[in-house]
Amino acid sequence: METVLKLDNVEKYYGNKSSLTKAIDNISFEVKKQEFVAIMGASGSGKTTLLNVISTIDKVTSGHIYVKDQDITKLKGNDLNKFRREELGFIFQDFNLLDTLTSYENIALALSIQSVGAKEIDARVKKVSKDLDVSGVLNKYPYQMSGGQKQRVAAARAIITNPSLVLADEPTGALDSKSAKMLLERFNYLNTELMSTILMVTHDAFTASYASRVIFIKDGRIFSELIKGNLSRKEFFDKIIDVVTLLGGDLNDAL
Amino acid sequence: MLYKLSFKNIKKSFKDYAIYFFTLILGISIFYIFNSLDSQTVMMRVSSNTRDIIKLMNNMLSAVSVFVSFILGFLIIYASRFLIKRRSKEFGVYLTLGMSKRKVSKILLLETIFIGVISLFIGLVLGTLLSQLMSLLVANMFEADFTDFTFVFSTSAAVKTVIYFGVIYFIVMVFNVVSISKCKLIDLIRNGKKTETLKLKNPIVSTLIFILSCVDLGVAYYLVTGGVSILDDVRMIFVPIVMGIVGTFFLFWSLSGLLIRLFKSLKGVYFKELNSFTLKQISSRVNTTVMSMSIICLMLFVTICVLSSALSLKNSITANLKVLVPMDIQFYKDLDIVSEFDDPTVLDSHLSIKETLGNFDFDVDRYLTDVFEFNTYASSDVKVKDTLGDYYEKAKSLYPRLIYDVNESFMKLSDYNKLAEYFNLEKLTLSDDEYVLVADFDGWAGIRNEALKIGTKINLFGKEYKPKYSEYVNGFIYMSPNHINTGYFVVPDDALDESARETAILIANYKALSKEDKQSVEDVINGFSSNPYINNTNLKANSKIACYDNSIGLGAMVTFIGLYLGIIFLISSAAILALKELSESTDNKERYKVIRKLGADEKLINKSLFRQIGIFFLFPLLVAIVHSVFGIIFCNYVLENIGNEKLLVSIVMTSVFLVFIYGGYFVITYLYSKNIIRE
Repeated sequence: METVLKLDNVEKYYGNKSSLTKAIDNISFEVKKQEFVAIMGASGSGKTTLLNVISTIDKVTSGHIYVKDQDITKLKGNDLNKFRREELGFIFQDFNLLDTLTSYENIALALSIQSVGAKEIDARVKKVSKDLDVSGVLNKYPYQMSGGQKQRVAAARAIITNPSLVLADEPTGALDSKSAKMLLERFNYLNTELMSTILMVTHDAFTASYASRVIFIKDGRIFSELIKGNLSRKEFFDKIIDVVTLLGGDLNDAL
Repeated sequence: MLYKLSFKNIKKSFKDYAIYFFTLILGISIFYIFNSLDSQTVMMRVSSNTRDIIKLMNNMLSAVSVFVSFILGFLIIYASRFLIKRRSKEFGVYLTLGMSKRKVSKILLLETIFIGVISLFIGLVLGTLLSQLMSLLVANMFEADFTDFTFVFSTSAAVKTVIYFGVIYFIVMVFNVVSISKCKLIDLIRNGKKTETLKLKNPIVSTLIFILSCVDLGVAYYLVTGGVSILDDVRMIFVPIVMGIVGTFFLFWSLSGLLIRLFKSLKGVYFKELNSFTLKQISSRVNTTVMSMSIICLMLFVTICVLSSALSLKNSITANLKVLVPMDIQFYKDLDIVSEFDDPTVLDSHLSIKETLGNFDFDVDRYLTDVFEFNTYASSDVKVKDTLGDYYEKAKSLYPRLIYDVNESFMKLSDYNKLAEYFNLEKLTLSDDEYVLVADFDGWAGIRNEALKIGTKINLFGKEYKPKYSEYVNGFIYMSPNHINTGYFVVPDDALDESARETAILIANYKALSKEDKQSVEDVINGFSSNPYINNTNLKANSKIACYDNSIGLGAMVTFIGLYLGIIFLISSAAILALKELSESTDNKERYKVIRKLGADEKLINKSLFRQIGIFFLFPLLVAIVHSVFGIIFCNYVLENIGNEKLLVSIVMTSVFLVFIYGGYFVITYLYSKNIIRE
């Protein structure tokens, strides 16, 4: 399988010499195409920082990050924007939909930024909204929708550009359990049927159990890693809980 | 501690304050400049007549200053309330930390004092510097000799500025304290997020309202241009004004929804780059800012009209004077007054003007040259209604307020032709039974033309005369700064009988070359008023020097008041817009963040921002410009004398003001917004 994302000894420090915080302390891992990887860790473990450096929102202190063999730590200015709009799709905890635009327009915006024609936009929005089961709310504004609907619209916006990598930051964080389950099932569908590669950050074991691999982070380092393999989701969930227990009190907000 | 905190706050939030500060300084310096005109004119060598007008002008400017201080006061209160809102979170933090509301108010108080003192200081310094430039303009306006430059600082104007703005700042403080004491902590902290309900208006209703407002504006436009004669009563002027205000409001109200619908239907455009985002940004606010947009539009409209009319008024007056006041002096008096008593005035009314002047011990040959005396005639048999002929009934129904029952005036052909030589008018020739109407007052002359067109004959001492031309001939008998000749009938010499003498008129030039010598002749004539014979005659005079002094003074006065109000209006509307846009950018930071995460280039984002701010600045301006086209035509009609090329110059000047002040605010707003969304 082709490697989509490769982190090579990535470090990220905050502060100055007298009081140095290592948010990411020498992390290396790879994500292959069509993988669904979850990164778990307690608050302050560095998982959001990790997502930020991968998404080029933040800069690494040292090390390299490759997306499809391109070293994105070397990108600057408009190349960064180009990289972001062509290779990445974002899903955020608080949806980050533009409240002035309808669902349709929110999803279409990702394509119009790439200068795709109106006709093609229409066809692709219709297709992706079917995939994510949001066809019914296309003409609604964010404030008229439930959290689950909003998050699925955000997911549609993230994948409509066919990105190499979809980054999800606590996607179920603001959802009730039913909406969360529905969203994660859609993620699975995207992953298996549409071949999307997804990297998801979460501190929730249930959410993580939908992934095919879970990487645990503690104090900026990789603590452990679990692969689902042929396990059922329930069995995988139990295994994740074991690791969480092992991590001790640090992750006691996991459930 | 509080002192330090508030000082640091100002330093920190300088970005937010910059536009506010900038506006304060501009307002203060302009206030100072126009109130210090007084001391700038003291140094000028001008006639006593001009001096009186300058005094009047300064009184007027003082009165206008009160009005201006109200406008600036509202602006400053608006801006400061707005800044407080911006900082509500900061105040929320203070309050949660246990600071009392009194202390928070104290911080605000200190800040206002800081800003007040600093802005007053800088504003006065800037005002003093700019007023030196202004004195050049003043000297030019009053056509005074500007020989030696003196640096002028007006203490009285400075004190006045400090007092007025002190009061304004005091009111601002009161407002701030009240708004802090009233607010609830939860509102302060949670001020950040509010979901707005965005609703597009019903398209049918919008279209209907749009059409109605267009018709309304069209009628208002027509009333002040083509149909201006309908407004025969001064009070009627409020009809188009109210129609214009209402029409403007509903135009903005309906147009916002319609334009967005239109663009949305153009899928190719709507889904190009950030267009959908930009458009929604604009539309979400047009809905909520219809009121302020309308007000800004109307303020801009007033600014443009006032500036362009005021700037051209002086030029047109000067140009008019050259034509309309060709001689140095004109005497006139009523002849042959009929009275039962033999009082001295009646006796004098049988004398010629030359004889009357002799009674004043005025040596005509010594002081005057190019002397020409003639009479005009009137007959109680020929009144205005008679000369209108068959058109009279119609004129009466159209213009019921005009007076038709007055005697018409006549002139001998030979007298008129001689006068025409002195006044540079067109000479006339007549057959035995013809007359020509000479006039230059457009309003009346139009009515006269209708009568001439139908060949109305007049009967004078038993003989009929027919009009030579089907319209009036441009000309005047009395020297005046304005076109006021409602009509004189020029007839063959033998048509008039000496028994019908009405008025004696004498025109002449002074026997003097230099300005000073002419002034000394003028002084001799002005001395008549202290001559005892003044009570025995009804002799009156129009002098060139007096006409010039009065008109130029009047023109300058209007120009300065226009400049003053125009600039203040312009600053106010631009500042309100700028503040609104800046706050909008701050509120929308998150949205830009999302767009940036979606991978939009900075160039695209800046373009979107530029368009948003641009449209909010441009939209009211465009409507205001359309209004102004008709407004200026109307001003032109009312002032009656602005030549087109003169108007062009003043429109260019107005545009320069607009570009510098309004454009300046736009550029600053854009640059600051760019900074804000980049944070």
